[in-house]
Amino acid sequence: MKNRKILLIEKSPIVVQGLTELLNGIPDYEVAAVAEGLERIAERLIVVKPDLIVLNPQLVDYSKRGSFRALFQECPQVPIVALVYSYFDQQWLRSFNGIIEITDDRKKIESCLTEVMQADNAPSDGPDLYELSEREREVLVEVANGLSNKEIATKLHISVHTAITHRKNIVKKTGIKSVAGLTVYAMLNNLM
Amino acid sequence: MLYTPKMKLADIISSNPSLVLILQRFRIELGFGEKSVAEICRANGLSEQFFLLICNVYTNDRYLPSMEELQGTDMSSLVPYLIASHGYYLDERIPHIERHLDRIAEACPQNHKEILQRFFHDYKTEVQNHFLYEEKTVFPYIEALRNGESGDGYSINQFEENHSNIEDKLNDLTNIFIKYLPGNIMPKERVSVLFDIFQLSGDLNKHSLIEEKILIPYVETIERSRK
Repeated sequence: MKNRKILLIEKSPIVVQGLTELLNGIPDYEVAAVAEGLERIAERLIVVKPDLIVLNPQLVDYSKRGSFRALFQECPQVPIVALVYSYFDQQWLRSFNGIIEITDDRKKIESCLTEVMQADNAPSDGPDLYELSEREREVLVEVANGLSNKEIATKLHISVHTAITHRKNIVKKTGIKSVAGLTVYAMLNNLM
Repeated sequence: MLYTPKMKLADIISSNPSLVLILQRFRIELGFGEKSVAEICRANGLSEQFFLLICNVYTNDRYLPSMEELQGTDMSSLVPYLIASHGYYLDERIPHIERHLDRIAEACPQNHKEILQRFFHDYKTEVQNHFLYEEKTVFPYIEALRNGESGDGYSINQFEENHSNIEDKLNDLTNIFIKYLPGNIMPKERVSVLFDIFQLSGDLNKHSLIEEKILIPYVETIERSRK
């Protein structure tokens, strides 16, 4: 299997060097690139195409914490693991896919990565999850009609978060990302 | 392994056959026998460093040229190279795929035919607009900078990257052809157009790498030197 590429975003050279060595020692993983901060991160993502991102939450501007994933919209599917060595609001940390503490040993880090990568792949494991669900089809039709996430949420009486999750799953299952492509899909399947 | 000026051009091409596409963008004609890169570049009035820079970025996904390399390379062929690539996509590949797609669409029910054609038409317009923006705004700005002018308040930071969107749509089209168009509709033609799309998609991907790894960093260094 090809190594999973990690993008490490951390400022401290000591931590970068130590963690890179440790992560490279874990089978199937390699640190493909290191960034000191989030400046121009979108371009790095396009070039590196990471399978996993390890990010020091400290580097996220306080005002952007609620929406930090928007910085990574180039690769919305890629899980982001927090590298924590100071205090952070636990609720915020829960919005990461996993947490590595500075005191964790190799074994603990390895199991964290395995868990995160498996969780990411989980939905496609069961064959019953291959087809779009009834709800996903409803969301798909509204996406094709040009509605925003917020409008879809209001129309279908679901939360915006749920609408986004449905959209993500639709993209994951069909492999179609653009609204135009999803519209073609909906038409070909006689959903509209 | 990176390519060097002493290598035979024929060896480079056989190590990565897709590079044959690059030759016509540099107006290098086939039939170059055993000549080295250095000889061919000299004969065509090209900077060999620049030619190799493109070949290396095109071939090695991980290769990221250093600032020194970019600064030490004659970049006068960069914009002409990119414009020649645009011409290849817009005048050759996209119309070719469109002709295939039209035949496939003709075999579909009317409403499916229309949606497929509209999808591709919109895709084509998006690509045209993106290239037009580069050619009317970004490239003249670069030429102005190279001539020592200020570039009228534009900055490469404003260079809106919508390549990924363009690539997504092409990928969506392959999914539609592979997974969702009923199997009995023009199966042979579909396989053939799929190969055309894979090829275009791979080449467009390299095209954006060249802009991300060469064009943007290069322009940024000129911008910085002006401050």
